[in-house]
Amino acid sequence: MSVCISRSDHHLALRLVALTQGGLPLLDDPWAWLAEQLGISVESTLDLLKHLQAEGAIRRVAAVPNHYRLGYRHNGMTVWDVADVQMPRLGELIGAQPFVSHCYRRPRRPDWPYNLFAMVHGRSREEIDSYREHLRFLLGDACRGDEMLVSSRILKKTGLRLTPAP
Amino acid sequence: MDDLDRRLINRLQHGLPLVREPWRQVAQELHSHPSEVLDRLHDLLEDGVLTRFGPMFDVERLGGAFTLAALAVPDARFDAVAEQLNALPQVAHNYRREHRWNMWFVLACGTEAELAATLSRIETLTGLAVLNLPKEQTYHVGLYFPV
Repeated sequence: MSVCISRSDHHLALRLVALTQGGLPLLDDPWAWLAEQLGISVESTLDLLKHLQAEGAIRRVAAVPNHYRLGYRHNGMTVWDVADVQMPRLGELIGAQPFVSHCYRRPRRPDWPYNLFAMVHGRSREEIDSYREHLRFLLGDACRGDEMLVSSRILKKTGLRLTPAP
Repeated sequence: MDDLDRRLINRLQHGLPLVREPWRQVAQELHSHPSEVLDRLHDLLEDGVLTRFGPMFDVERLGGAFTLAALAVPDARFDAVAEQLNALPQVAHNYRREHRWNMWFVLACGTEAELAATLSRIETLTGLAVLNLPKEQTYHVGLYFPV
């Protein structure tokens, strides 16, 4: 829990998750519906949403496309062995590319040399290959090696759910 | 899908404005009407072009412990190990990827203690070493698929 979210906002945020995990109802005034459910005013509801968005607890109130249906059938998890001192700058640069959906620094391990992860999506294998080439160009000499792991099967996909602490 | 559908999909991936009459504002931007926009959104969800519309939470900010991990599973045991993992409620996603580390999964737990226990449970269950790669820094998260 972020230190910037107050205890009462955190409580309201958890209720918001429970209310909208399946989606926001398609109503003329969705905020009035939320306000009624939360037992607060419409003004307070909007303030809460803006605050949670500013703190990063809500990324946005948005539509999530089925990317397969939109033609984005190929994804690759590109992994890179990037010099530690250059990571802050290069991580931001790679994450800013429009075709990168997720970009993280993760630890190296004895049998895993890669510390930068960037997920790329495209409409063809050629498209994601070309994205990988572009990332390689951007990283230049700071990168000592890379691989792209393409997914061939979804084994399970339930999404991240909030699990109550035991 | 027509031009208005496409513009609506692109616009709503960026998020509904947090203003008193959000649909009026979106409709104005798209030169449409609030009722038309809501009807289109309804149909796109019904049709499965959109999977969800609503607040996108960063659940990690609201508590819990998460990691990305992988196993190198011998081909002969792949389906059996997938079944073992998928039966665990802590496994949120699981993908086969073409690599020596061929099974990649995300664990979502209530606490760090539960996460550590789940990792060792997986090693005991499968007899395989887990490659545990928790994120150290987030540079970007944002799916945007323009159409």
